[in-house]
Amino acid sequence: MRVCCTPQIRSKILGCLIVFGVSTLLAAKVSSGAGLTVSESVLQAEQQRIDTISRIVPAVVAIFDPSGQGGGSGVLIDEAGFAITNFHVVQGLGGFMKCGLNDGNVYDAVLVGIDPTGDVAMIQLLGRDDFPHAEIGDSDKVKMGDWTLALGNPFLLADDFQPTVTYGMVSGVHRYQYPAGTFLEYTDCIQVDASINPGNSGGPLFNADGELIGINGRISVEKRGRVNVGAGYAISINQVMNFLDHLKSGRIVDHATLGATVTSLSDGSVVVSNILETSDAYLSGLRRDDELISFAGRPVRSVNQFKNILGIYPKGWQVPLSYQRDGKRTDIVVRLAGLHRRAELVPGGPVEPGPDEPDDQPPIPIPLPHSMEPKAPEIPDEYKDLYEDKPGYANYYFNRVRTDQLLGALEEQFGDSSRQQLNWMWAGTVNEETPVQFRLLTDVIAAKLGAEFAVQNLDEDPQPVPESTGGLLTALHQFKKLLQAPDDYFTEFYYVGSEPLDGTGDRVDVLISTKGLVTSRWYFDRDDLRLVGFDTSIDEEHQPCEIRFGEMTEIDGRPFPEKFHVRHARSEWGTIELQTFEAIAPEAGVGQ
Amino acid sequence: MTVSRRFLICSIVSLAMTLTTGAASQAESFSNAVDQVQPKVVKLFGAGGLKNLANYGTGVLVSPDGHIATVWNHLLDSDVVTVVLHDGRRFFGKVVGTDSKVDLAIIKIEAEDLPFFNISDTAEVGPGALILAFSNVFKVATGDEPVSVMQGVVSAKTKLAARRGRYRASYDGDVYLVDAVTNNPGAAGGVLTTADGKLLGMLGRELKGTNNTWLNYAIPFSVLEKSINDIVAGRFSRTDDLLAVADETESSGFQSIDFGFLLVPDVVARTPAYVDSVIEETEAAKLGLQPDDLIVFANGELVHSIQTLQGVFQRLLPGDDLQLIVRRNNELVTFTFEVPRKQ
Repeated sequence: MRVCCTPQIRSKILGCLIVFGVSTLLAAKVSSGAGLTVSESVLQAEQQRIDTISRIVPAVVAIFDPSGQGGGSGVLIDEAGFAITNFHVVQGLGGFMKCGLNDGNVYDAVLVGIDPTGDVAMIQLLGRDDFPHAEIGDSDKVKMGDWTLALGNPFLLADDFQPTVTYGMVSGVHRYQYPAGTFLEYTDCIQVDASINPGNSGGPLFNADGELIGINGRISVEKRGRVNVGAGYAISINQVMNFLDHLKSGRIVDHATLGATVTSLSDGSVVVSNILETSDAYLSGLRRDDELISFAGRPVRSVNQFKNILGIYPKGWQVPLSYQRDGKRTDIVVRLAGLHRRAELVPGGPVEPGPDEPDDQPPIPIPLPHSMEPKAPEIPDEYKDLYEDKPGYANYYFNRVRTDQLLGALEEQFGDSSRQQLNWMWAGTVNEETPVQFRLLTDVIAAKLGAEFAVQNLDEDPQPVPESTGGLLTALHQFKKLLQAPDDYFTEFYYVGSEPLDGTGDRVDVLISTKGLVTSRWYFDRDDLRLVGFDTSIDEEHQPCEIRFGEMTEIDGRPFPEKFHVRHARSEWGTIELQTFEAIAPEAGVGQ
Repeated sequence: MTVSRRFLICSIVSLAMTLTTGAASQAESFSNAVDQVQPKVVKLFGAGGLKNLANYGTGVLVSPDGHIATVWNHLLDSDVVTVVLHDGRRFFGKVVGTDSKVDLAIIKIEAEDLPFFNISDTAEVGPGALILAFSNVFKVATGDEPVSVMQGVVSAKTKLAARRGRYRASYDGDVYLVDAVTNNPGAAGGVLTTADGKLLGMLGRELKGTNNTWLNYAIPFSVLEKSINDIVAGRFSRTDDLLAVADETESSGFQSIDFGFLLVPDVVARTPAYVDSVIEETEAAKLGLQPDDLIVFANGELVHSIQTLQGVFQRLLPGDDLQLIVRRNNELVTFTFEVPRKQ
């Protein structure tokens, strides 16, 4: 018989040992007071756990609405006070809330960004620049059977802001949970048997080493009532990290769709059952009945796996995709489109059922302990300027600040002179042989490529010219306007967040501009905020013209990229190298 | 006394030897045990889907040739049951045998060389033992996703005292009661193992205890072993009649009217099982049952009340015998009915 016991049982057995005088067995044991004797390794494990908990507890946030009634949990992730919680915790709280930490203090906090689909929100605690924060783990390394610690404020017990700790194991990883209501699909989440109860929402899930691996957000419920029944679900921290900069953008961020649906066949393969002809996947060659092999570097063996992978990426990210047709494998990188129309995501659009509405589809977002009537936010005077209401944004303040920062960096990179209304005359080569000239005027953009001409009149619809560029002339015009008049020219101009450049490169910060049907994505190095390239789509039906910059140099006295690498539809068009750059006032009159 | 003391010391020594490893493993991940057990647990999809009746469940492979043990419940009340292995392979399973006394059914799929549990090599533990529970609770897993695993401690090893709706559960033998919430929708047929992955018991259907709380329990494999072996060896096989009554709904069992008589109204907690009336030209009338007969034994079970009699009726299967012993004046009279097919 092999028996593993709890510490209490062990002590009883060991107590018996003393009675029977088997004292030699006690050599390895130590006394722990009150006559109990506990194995050294048990005490060590216990002490380790205690140490871990005392290390992670300061990062746990108890969130309350401004009147201190409803609430949930959260976790600090950096010293500036940025904290992650559930969307359904901050929903209805307004722009400001009160947060308690285990130091016993109440801090004001401001809403930063929300992800209604993924049930994630970011807030910023205010008043310090040295907040304790959690260490971020890697949720892809979490295995079934691992020990976990869930911290938070279940049933709002933490009147003194000391979080409740529950301990359990990982019951499953990469779980897919169907949407409850219209939003709130939980993909690739971690299932735990640690007690997760109302009020735990938004609180952290840690691994045994005290690294943050998830955000507790959902529980399975059925006939036993809306409390823990042994199955809680945490949003993986890797998903949250994908969305982190998007959340910091102050926007209402969206999840992604491939623009295609997939189905699994009886032989276990997963094939495309439907695909939108406007989707980037279709434009990149994916067709109905193609078999998916891998997506974002992960094998696809079921529809749920596909949804799991898709669900952890923000709208607009590019991810690698491999498919098979007639036995031939093709690898592409696809740009993911938004899952929702913008109107669907703004307040007033469809929302998930509140805690009081009947919805017996398990699992549900963890209901909040108190019903929450939206209350007029009490905004502390000193922080009023940290919140700006604007449609489409959770808090426009954060977007404006970051956009201004990147534009400021742009001025530093390209110099102030480029911001005047001038005609640009460029001359250089394509691929070091074909001579090329560009005229970027106020009413027309023209290029002479070897012996060929391309023209884009600015009062006409943008055309994909020159051939095979997807609209290089329009792209260059957008670039000129970005440098000259970003505030006035674009109909929309905002900070998106970050994404891996071209799907597999380093993360870059992204600004988006729109003008009519023309959309551009501007990519900034995250270290020195340099513009490293951009994509311009002339409309929704064309794949973008992609331009990546070479090193910065000086051309005719102005800082400028020494090369423009131009791509379209996943193939290289050519590299433009400029030799001369003239900027002339329009009234000077320039012949073409 | 000496013998027992020596035995006691021996077992304590062996316990103490395992304590160190048990303690060390407490802080470590259970992922090794999890990896061992997972390939032997399967997901089942079958009948159900109506309110409170899950159309998913769990089973455990008990032979390399595709014999799967599970709880005999409404899920199997369809022509075929879809069985999904840990690697995502899908099979259609047929019920090859059942044992209603221990709530067991064996499903067979056409497959070979599968990982399986040797059910004669199971563990027995007492209160306080760490346990793992594997099952497809809440249909969290489909395809090749592994089933959910939970951990807890054995609270007690005791007799099951439970009821299903208004009725007592058919099984009242030994069970492990555990402190984890193991018996959720879909968990029936899952396994309870030791912390190092040794087989302990089969998670039972959702049942409430006599105090109206949900039970978290598993039937030890030592109880199930003989039936499993018999069915796998072909010594016991299903008949279609068995499945015809394998219905979870509470009103589906037999009632006294099926045999041609009515009982007095069941008005108090322990209403004595008096015959109220006998319907003409029925089996009861032919056998000579009379009003005011008090039923005291049914199939050998002491009938305390109408409720216990209904419990016996619930477990009847078409083709069974129903033996009633009634007290008439100061005599005991025995009647043997044949259980009819239900319409």
